[in-house]
Amino acid sequence: MFPFTKYSKFYYLFSGILIVAAIASLIVFGLKFGIEFTGGSNMEVQFTNSRPTNEAIQKQLSSFNLGDVVVQPTSDKGAILRFKGVDEATHQSILAKLNELAPVQEKSFEFIGPSVGQELKQKTQIAIVLALVAITLYIAFAFRKVSKPVASWKYGVTSLVALFHDILIPLGVFSVLGHFYGVEITIPIVAALLTILGFSVHDTIVIFDRIRENILRRGMGSFQESVDTSLNQTIGRSVSTVITVLLVMISLYVFGGETLKDFSLALIIGITSGAYSSIFIASPLLVTWFAYDQRRSEKRFHKGK
Amino acid sequence: MQQKYWIFIGILVLTFLTANFVYPNYYNQGVDFLNGKFHWHLSHFWTKPYVLGLDLQGGVNLIYKADVSQVADKGTAMAGLRDVIERRVNLFGISEPVVEVQGQDQLLVELPGVKDVQSAIQVIGQTPYLEFDEQRDQADTQKILDKIKEVQAAQQKGQDYTKIADWQLAQQDPYFKPTDLTGKYLSKATVNFDQTTYKPEIQLQFNSEGAKLFEAITGRNINKPLAIFLDGASIIDTNGDGKIDASDLYAPIVQAKITGGTAVITGNMTIDTANSLASRLNSGALPVKIGNPISQETVGPTLGSVSLQTSLMAGLLGLLAVVIFMVVFYRLPGLLASIALVIYVALVLSIFKLVPVTLTLAGIGGFILSIGMAVDANILIFARMKEELKQGKAVSAAITEGFDRAWPSIRDSNLNSLIVCAILFIFSTSFIKGFALTLAIGIFASLFSAIFITRIFLMIFVGPRLEKFKWLL
Repeated sequence: MFPFTKYSKFYYLFSGILIVAAIASLIVFGLKFGIEFTGGSNMEVQFTNSRPTNEAIQKQLSSFNLGDVVVQPTSDKGAILRFKGVDEATHQSILAKLNELAPVQEKSFEFIGPSVGQELKQKTQIAIVLALVAITLYIAFAFRKVSKPVASWKYGVTSLVALFHDILIPLGVFSVLGHFYGVEITIPIVAALLTILGFSVHDTIVIFDRIRENILRRGMGSFQESVDTSLNQTIGRSVSTVITVLLVMISLYVFGGETLKDFSLALIIGITSGAYSSIFIASPLLVTWFAYDQRRSEKRFHKGK
Repeated sequence: MQQKYWIFIGILVLTFLTANFVYPNYYNQGVDFLNGKFHWHLSHFWTKPYVLGLDLQGGVNLIYKADVSQVADKGTAMAGLRDVIERRVNLFGISEPVVEVQGQDQLLVELPGVKDVQSAIQVIGQTPYLEFDEQRDQADTQKILDKIKEVQAAQQKGQDYTKIADWQLAQQDPYFKPTDLTGKYLSKATVNFDQTTYKPEIQLQFNSEGAKLFEAITGRNINKPLAIFLDGASIIDTNGDGKIDASDLYAPIVQAKITGGTAVITGNMTIDTANSLASRLNSGALPVKIGNPISQETVGPTLGSVSLQTSLMAGLLGLLAVVIFMVVFYRLPGLLASIALVIYVALVLSIFKLVPVTLTLAGIGGFILSIGMAVDANILIFARMKEELKQGKAVSAAITEGFDRAWPSIRDSNLNSLIVCAILFIFSTSFIKGFALTLAIGIFASLFSAIFITRIFLMIFVGPRLEKFKWLL
């Protein structure tokens, strides 16, 4: 049996560094939101022969008053152009102007008005808060029968800590990617993040369930030992499940279309982090919390004497 | 025969049906071969295509914000607007356009496969135009009909018909000509019921200027029809063929000269017809302006089909990888779970076709993710089984224990994913909705395949006879 919880301090340190790095990156670089949230236009084109330089494209469009035109090359001949919101007539003349520069085909065009973006931002915030609350409540409810030696709400809070861990790390990665490679937080990524919430809890629940079962079946024993036994019993499943999900997501990342690339990347990072946090953060935290409570009640006991 | 064998046969039948429903080519080839050889008349498998979202088939998605600040009853105004826009969109001749009211004042318009986005936006953005037309006299009618013939003849010969004198005449309606009376003179239209016959009728209320115009028009058209057009086409579908075109005409007969600006249209009409007439008259009377879209998404047809192929390819490779993994790590049960997984894929794709679920890239993403997650339940069960076997239990007892003990975890974790799906669904964004829907369908189907199907497989193939081959487990 591998004594997982014996090395809790190392996991806390490791995750602590990651989280601090993620928060620092979020503060320094911030997140780059896609036009779904900010409003603007997004135009994906494919040049027939070869792609002109970014500068040439920007210069060609300078007469349109498009604000900051961002050109992001894709594949060998494609490019994604981002600029402020324009109506359909302007969009058509932009396309015509690009065609003057080099023969080009439009693959997609998207325009989002500012009010839509605001609305979506709000909805996203509501959805994330709702998801967190619902998940915590559900866990507290599912573990209501286990009150000894750790209260059921503590399971909920611990998994919430693990959840923050699993959301912060992908967000940190995306803030770095956004700063250096222009990767944006888009609707698919929000969907991926919310799925990570679900998946991470999924993982935590399986382990907590085992802890619950071991306590109910084998009686108390040492709580730390119960947790370690449970982790050893579930580690095979945890690894297998993460591998199967990673297999499909990596396949989607490598072979799937452009749209689903960032989506699958977010899931790959989040699910790995979720599996890690269930084993190395959520469960050890339960033990640490339990030990802390015990030490405190012992102190109180001594004082009372 | 034991119950489990019946269920097993049921699963085989289900697999056959769903697999052929998803991919009927092999079945149809076989049928063609047999028909050719033995002169049978077997029919092809039932085919039903996937409903593809805009991002997969190309087209444009537009969201409008209507100006309903001046309108008292916003709900009715939006329903009227939706109706008017749907009429226009139907004229584009594209398959399955969508026009939907979202929230209080937003209108979603989806035009799959539309070529000229700019003119589509222009047509949609126009203010509804309601007009009352009177009959032309016969000489006029004949003149226009002749001109139409002349132009058509020229067109058939491939000549430039714009060289014919007065060729524009041919573009006019030969039977009706516009009057000065238009929607702006109409205050409102309401549906009433006749006091004695209880039949629905429509009451028109004109403003003072309109009353004068209406008096003059009815005065000179007694016993003649007065046609009502909306956006240049008949206001309703009168011949009941489901579309509005040149063969439809709504033209009540003027009974008498009407003074005072209030008129009633009677006749044998259903309540539905009366309601849609009134709502369209009102949308012409108090037009709700929608202007330019506040959001637009145009996807070219090539991008759509390429992303469909690449993501399906990715899904297939992912499935293959999962199958290899399962067989290597869980041997015989892994193989059985893999078969259940393939059935799962056929089942989910069949549900997509049957419901039908509009497939978008996001939906496919959710589906592919669910392939990876579907085996989770099986992994939990098998891990449990292995433990029970290690403790020296008999094979069949280990199977039962494995399922029973793994169930609470499976239930809790899947419920949690469903909660997240439900929360995702409150987004009105179609991307997220599509994703949440396919993921939720996937979760239900995976519970069925991972627990029910795999269990039956295990009960049938892994009986006591495997006691000697425990290494397979």
